[in-house]
Amino acid sequence: MENVLVSNKVTKRFGGLEALGRVEIEVRKGAIQSIIGPNGAGKTTFFNCVTGFYTPEEGEILLNGRNITGLSPDRVTRLGVARTYQNIRLFKNMTAVENILVGMHPHLKSWLFGAIFRDPRTMREEQTALAEARRMLEFVGLKGRGDMLATNLPYGEQRRLEIARALASRPHLLLLDEPTAGMNPSETQEMVHFIRRLRDELGITILIIEHQMRVVMSISEKITVLDFGQKISEGTPAEIQKDERVIEAYLGRGAASGLGEARAQG
Amino acid sequence: MSTKDFDWKLVLRSGLLGGAIAILLSLIGIVTGFNETYIIYKVITFGELLVLGPILAFSFAALRRTSSSDSGVRFTTGALAGLTSGLVLLAFVGIGQVINLRAVFVNASPDLYAMLSYNQSLPIGMLLRLLVSGLVGLIVAGFTLLPTRLKQALGQGLIYVILIGLMGRLIGTVMTNWGFVSLLFEWMFASSGMSFLGAIVLFLLVGGLAYWRAGRPKVKPRLEPKKQQTVRWATLAGVGLVLIFLPNILGLWFSEILDNVGLFILMGLGLNIVVGFAGLLDLGYVAFYAIGAYTIGVLTSPELGFFNLTFWQAFPFALIVALIAGVLLGLPILKMRGDYLAIVTLGFGEIIRLLALSDWLKPWLGGTQGIQRIERPVIGLGNFTIELISQQQLYYLILAGIILVAFIAFRLRDSRLGRTWMALREDEDVAVAMGINHVATKLTAFAMGALFSGIGGTIFAAKIGSIYPSSFQFLVSINILSLIIVGGIGSIPGVFVGALALMGLPELLREFAEYRYLFYGAALVAMMLYKPEGLWPEARLKLELHEDEIPPPGDPVPSTEGS
Amino acid sequence: MFRTARQRITFSDIMVWVIGLSIAVVVVWGTISTLQSGKYSAESWFDLVIKGLALGGVYALIAMGYTLVYGILRMINFAHSEVFMSGPFTAVFLAQALNESGFLNRQPLLSILAIAVVSMLVSMTIAILVERVAYRPLRNAPRLVPLITAIGASFFLQYTFRGFYGSGFEAYPTIETLNGSWVFGGVQLFKTQAVVIISAFLMMFLLYAIVMWSKLGKAMRAVSEDKEAAALMGIDVDKIIVFTFALGGAAAGAGGVLYILQFPVVHFYMGFIPGLKAFTAAVLGGIGNVPGAFLGSMVLGLLESVGPNLFLDGLGIPTASQLKDAIAFIILVFILIFRPSGILGERLTKSKA
Repeated sequence: MENVLVSNKVTKRFGGLEALGRVEIEVRKGAIQSIIGPNGAGKTTFFNCVTGFYTPEEGEILLNGRNITGLSPDRVTRLGVARTYQNIRLFKNMTAVENILVGMHPHLKSWLFGAIFRDPRTMREEQTALAEARRMLEFVGLKGRGDMLATNLPYGEQRRLEIARALASRPHLLLLDEPTAGMNPSETQEMVHFIRRLRDELGITILIIEHQMRVVMSISEKITVLDFGQKISEGTPAEIQKDERVIEAYLGRGAASGLGEARAQG
Repeated sequence: MSTKDFDWKLVLRSGLLGGAIAILLSLIGIVTGFNETYIIYKVITFGELLVLGPILAFSFAALRRTSSSDSGVRFTTGALAGLTSGLVLLAFVGIGQVINLRAVFVNASPDLYAMLSYNQSLPIGMLLRLLVSGLVGLIVAGFTLLPTRLKQALGQGLIYVILIGLMGRLIGTVMTNWGFVSLLFEWMFASSGMSFLGAIVLFLLVGGLAYWRAGRPKVKPRLEPKKQQTVRWATLAGVGLVLIFLPNILGLWFSEILDNVGLFILMGLGLNIVVGFAGLLDLGYVAFYAIGAYTIGVLTSPELGFFNLTFWQAFPFALIVALIAGVLLGLPILKMRGDYLAIVTLGFGEIIRLLALSDWLKPWLGGTQGIQRIERPVIGLGNFTIELISQQQLYYLILAGIILVAFIAFRLRDSRLGRTWMALREDEDVAVAMGINHVATKLTAFAMGALFSGIGGTIFAAKIGSIYPSSFQFLVSINILSLIIVGGIGSIPGVFVGALALMGLPELLREFAEYRYLFYGAALVAMMLYKPEGLWPEARLKLELHEDEIPPPGDPVPSTEGS
Repeated sequence: MFRTARQRITFSDIMVWVIGLSIAVVVVWGTISTLQSGKYSAESWFDLVIKGLALGGVYALIAMGYTLVYGILRMINFAHSEVFMSGPFTAVFLAQALNESGFLNRQPLLSILAIAVVSMLVSMTIAILVERVAYRPLRNAPRLVPLITAIGASFFLQYTFRGFYGSGFEAYPTIETLNGSWVFGGVQLFKTQAVVIISAFLMMFLLYAIVMWSKLGKAMRAVSEDKEAAALMGIDVDKIIVFTFALGGAAAGAGGVLYILQFPVVHFYMGFIPGLKAFTAAVLGGIGNVPGAFLGSMVLGLLESVGPNLFLDGLGIPTASQLKDAIAFIILVFILIFRPSGILGERLTKSKA
């Protein structure tokens, strides 16, 4: 299969409001792609449709050729989609390692029996998982922070922990919702490198929602632009930068608002 | 002293609130109820402390909000706050002389007025009350000016004197047959509360110790791992021995209390899985307790005469029935939002009680008369069998139950399942996005809780020997919920602490039993407001490193401020 | 969470429907056999209906408190049953004093008004105090936290009033004017019931008017729509929340007076069951919705008074009225399972709440 993700005429409505209208996005295997658009364009709604939190009214979503439309979120995750959230949503009162271990949930098997009796298989499983979690911590640069409660980590580390938690489910497709929101330029740069490493070293396909144009243009191989739930443009960074409709969508709303700032969007 | 540092409004408000709370406690009856309970014999009663307590607390609050460190301002603030409270009390006594408040408030008795005016004639007594209130404020002000180390020492000394003074008689009943210790006891305690000298000695001892310890550097000598292991085993063995001989040490009366507390610990451990681990507020926990108890009753009681099983034959059935009930109730409701879940479980608990009470099911469940002559558990083999009847014997059954349930709870907490529960508790949407099946996961927690509650019910039935619907009121659920919250939601040691504090203390202080739920209610609110993590907060397991390898906080890792 | 037909039907869904269907079958079967047996005459059914409506009137006034607070804070004010209890439990002393002086039967209308005012004031004060002490500091805490403080506040209040007025029962004196009944063509209508039903209707209309048309009511609805937007529009949100609690408290106090006209005995534990039922009624009608609270309360009152005889008698269950509370709670459980939005409520999505 060429495409990891194909969304085919996906439409999602909330009451009378059409949040997504016949959106078609294809994500190639091994790519880093972005979705951009002004506030309220339907970007996060699209993520929610892919991950199963919303069921689109029309259209279908294919993951590696398999129709996942309407599957519950836990099933979609088990099929290899992981995501992070715009406003970091870690399990705040659990430690960093525990957060990652929860991320590994689909790959572990022990349940009530194993928990109480700690049979050798469960113990082995826990040992392996713990080792992997430690490796993951190191990979995202949080070595030594594993036993801190997530809520006590500084902001940038929380972002990376959230990505580590998403990686723990061994996804084919990783959805990052504004991974650089609230970061200063040097941290942003670090994050961009980090995202490239995810793809290059782990071979994960990555789809990003991003507001900082510099990040989008430097990292993406393909960009999809949404506005009012419609796909208005698609192409390489160079093509997008020249596209009239995109400039209008951003600048036509008065001021160059969407281009640099705009973090608080629902 | 500059007047602009002085906050009139603050002083007035604190004083009025302090006085109002003192009056509230008086009218509830708690003050006169403890008027004979001395903390220090012939010096101060617990009732008096309850009047002075609010005044003290609100003077303290006023002083905490006073930023000025000028001693003049602080003393004035404290004294005036205290005096205001005193004036409020005076006004109350004055009104009581003119209007017969007792027609409405049963506790507005002459006793109360006499107590508030120190059994003196009205003018003198009222003046005295005013002076004492002001003095309390002054002392609090002086206290806040002391260095922290001294403050802590004094505070600890005071708390110990109050607690030990309250528990005096009980400590006495245990110690009377301990030879020379009882002599010490006779010297330290009076017929009610501590002797004056005893209190001073205790205060100096505790305070001095606290002062000395605060001065020492806070480095614990670290033992090598092997020695640590030995120490741990030795402690465990010691605790085990004490637990085994506890009923004999404490005697019959205490054993009964111990059993009650133990039963609540057992139930609390179960509910802690549901509420603490999985974050499901189950207010109908008593339902499964009732189901366990009634199943044992129906299966064993010869009075009903259906099955006439022995306790142990009936026991597995009781567990299965409780478990099935948990699953059947859990399946439909676990998709609900948290607060609806709470109300539905509450409703379920009431339904079970109403069914047990009804004439409809009377032939099976005994209606209001309940079920009598429930079989006691028999342990042993062949000719060596003992029927567990006395409270001291039942203690071991309860102890075994607690050990089993606590063991399971610990194991669950540190497992994948435990992590899954906690993730659901923290953020359900995200947990589901991690591939967690929330219904199955919650159902497991709910069913485990039901099972443990059912175990509690069977033991309860065996312990009492007869059960009535009135034993299974909503209050039971509230008792257990309170002890979990006070101990620390999600914390297993917290359950023990909570049960000892909430179940043990009221049992020990019989006068207190009447105000038990008043206290629970206040404790629930106060804990949520000031100490939501509880007395013994949940501790997370260190998984990445061992404790001593953790880098000290504040090492150079780039951090940014963010939302 | 959005569930559509396309999503898998789980085992638990099937279980729920099986349980629901079997209960429906039992109810229908019971009703048919009761009606066939002809044990009850049309008059006795009419009696039960009137009784149900009077009961529903009381529930409606209490339910207002739940529904208004839920509308604004999205929390269950568990202590509301004690807000309800405090009013009539305090006003009983006024009633007794009025009775001793003979004023009660000389000026029954004035007396009832005075009792109602005291009851409403006390309930209102308690409601405001609870909000101030137990809820306001925790407004941004996780959902379950205010529910726990509410439970704590509820018990604290119960035992505070027990301490104040004693643990015994206090009886309301009877008002002679309201004794007796009218008879219309063989159907008997007790005067108290008529008074209760009419006053409940009037008061519910008044409350509805306050919420819909008064300035504060409009602000209240704005706050319940969107707290932040309302604050930006210059609405003092704290003030509106206090007003909401006060309004709900006053309604509960008024409901208390209607309650004691039917059951003239008060005690410290009297709030628990009516409170729980009023909450059921509020959920039944659609919580957060004022007409819904009224409708739900009337339906619940009717089910509770007619239900045991209608549904259970035919099944041969003795003294079925013992189970009226159980019926109410079963309704609660099933409403929350099958239609948590209630009869009139909009669909509350889980992710939003």
